[in-house]
Amino acid sequence: MSLRNRWRKFLNVFMLAMTGVCAVAAVSILFLILGYLAWNGWRSLDWNFFTRLPKPPGELGGGMANAIVGSAQIVLLATLIGAPVGFFGGVYLSEFGGRGFSFVVRYVADLLNGVPSIVIGILAWTVVVVPLHRFSALAGALALGLMLIPITMRQTEQFLRDVPQSMREGALALGASKWKMIATVVVPAAMRGIATGMILGVARIAGETAPLLFTSLNNQFWSSGWNQPTASLPVMIFSHAIAPYEDWHRQAWAAGLVLLLLVLLANVAARFILSRGISAQRGYL
Amino acid sequence: MVTATQSLRPQAGAGAFWRRLVNGDEVARLVTLAFASTVLLIVAVLVFELFRGSAVARHRFGWAFFVTQNWDPVAEQFGALPFIYGTVVTSAVALLIAVPLSLGAAVFLAELAPQRISDACTFLIELLAAVPSVIYGLMAIFTLVPLLRDYVQPFLGKTLGFLPFFQGPSFGAGYLAAGLILAVMICPFIISISREALFGVPREQREAALALGATQWESTWQVVIPHARLGIIGSVFLALARALGETIAVTMVIGNDPSIRASLFAPGYTIAAVLANEFTEATGELYLDSLVELGLVLFLLTMVINALAQLLVVLTSRRGSAHP
Repeated sequence: MSLRNRWRKFLNVFMLAMTGVCAVAAVSILFLILGYLAWNGWRSLDWNFFTRLPKPPGELGGGMANAIVGSAQIVLLATLIGAPVGFFGGVYLSEFGGRGFSFVVRYVADLLNGVPSIVIGILAWTVVVVPLHRFSALAGALALGLMLIPITMRQTEQFLRDVPQSMREGALALGASKWKMIATVVVPAAMRGIATGMILGVARIAGETAPLLFTSLNNQFWSSGWNQPTASLPVMIFSHAIAPYEDWHRQAWAAGLVLLLLVLLANVAARFILSRGISAQRGYL
Repeated sequence: MVTATQSLRPQAGAGAFWRRLVNGDEVARLVTLAFASTVLLIVAVLVFELFRGSAVARHRFGWAFFVTQNWDPVAEQFGALPFIYGTVVTSAVALLIAVPLSLGAAVFLAELAPQRISDACTFLIELLAAVPSVIYGLMAIFTLVPLLRDYVQPFLGKTLGFLPFFQGPSFGAGYLAAGLILAVMICPFIISISREALFGVPREQREAALALGATQWESTWQVVIPHARLGIIGSVFLALARALGETIAVTMVIGNDPSIRASLFAPGYTIAAVLANEFTEATGELYLDSLVELGLVLFLLTMVINALAQLLVVLTSRRGSAHP
């Protein structure tokens, strides 16, 4: 074998092995994060974390009960704002859209999806915080809801498009009007996928910190209403991690573990539902 | 006759419209159209508010805003250059590390790995994309920063210290830490989109290269990757836009120092990080407007890059469908 061919053989094996190393490295990062967070978070996690308010710096103990409830409040309201808008928009793109206008909407939705979350935070700040003269859960929820709209819209559209054309034709042939066809045949057929997409979208906004920093701000106590500053888990993790107190770092690890587990659980569950849904559909067809 | 048809036509049109309205189709179309249009409205309001909100700073500083290094809220002097520099440098470091790594992983997942393993790995990598950025920041601040400060930066300083990028004291927090954590965060995007682009390359291309005597690596490197290049470049642009706009993880490890330094060890600042840190405590109209102008810059930057990326991805998917 000539030297050149030997070199080519070597290069082949070496580079292919390197691609394997790259893949292993990329995947191992997930386990590294999970493992390290579980190790640190588990040691710091106790019952107080879920039931108590944060303690002032210097005092040991305390928890993040207000942040857990606050996050739930903000995410719930954000979902109520973002999910319906995204859903109906997705229905338009898939069922009513022509070529020109829906192409523009699709393109702009993707661009909006790529806008840095902190810029969305500025928008919510100018629209809600400035006129009301106070930071509020409402402003935070609006910021997250705005982020949810393009995500839900594009996903709903995708799943509606996957519904076979023959089902639409069948419904129309039976004399259903178009909106009836959509409401009783197309959307139910795609419901599983749409729900999954929404779970994924909600999981994504639930972990967002940047848009909450100057909309819902933070709160060391229970929030007294929708128009008051409200604590949330991501902001709490951020403020505790950059603070110079050892016990706050402990709390940050615990909160990080809880947040990551919730987000990953939602992701795994969503994908599990989706894969089962597809195989079940294939079984019927 | 003529007048009859003329008078009938609009009635027929209106009648058809009315019938559709009554049976609900037109209502459904208009309602969903309104919801779909909200994204256009949101972007329009966003642009308007960013422009209006930054008016004072734009009039006061003009284009000098982008070339001034001084960021001094007390003296009301605001220049964006340190933040733009920090944003560009951290993103460049992130791309330098993430692109080869992700491309390698994507090649492995698309070309070498059996379908099952490839799918399993992709699932895990997509989970990685779902990890909230504050978690990355938490990991970085307590593991990456000490590691860099105590081991990596002294080592780099000793071996590559003749380069201006690796000089100076080791702080841990700085451009390098931010670039590294950004690299980790954008890898999943590049991998999963590039993998799809590689899957889109027709099988015949590989077979032709192999039949001509190319090794598998040569076929991959000289045929498959060039064929999928638009999709890969698109994924890199998408990742770049993410890196430019990433806020929390970077804020936690960048060091928060608005100055321009060549060394990657030095603490710096990015646009997103300064917004996160100073927006709530900005006092005075000029200060606030300068921050909003930074937001506008970030918005336009990511918009342009995302638009390019979107276009590239659309082009590849069109071209891919031309070769079934």
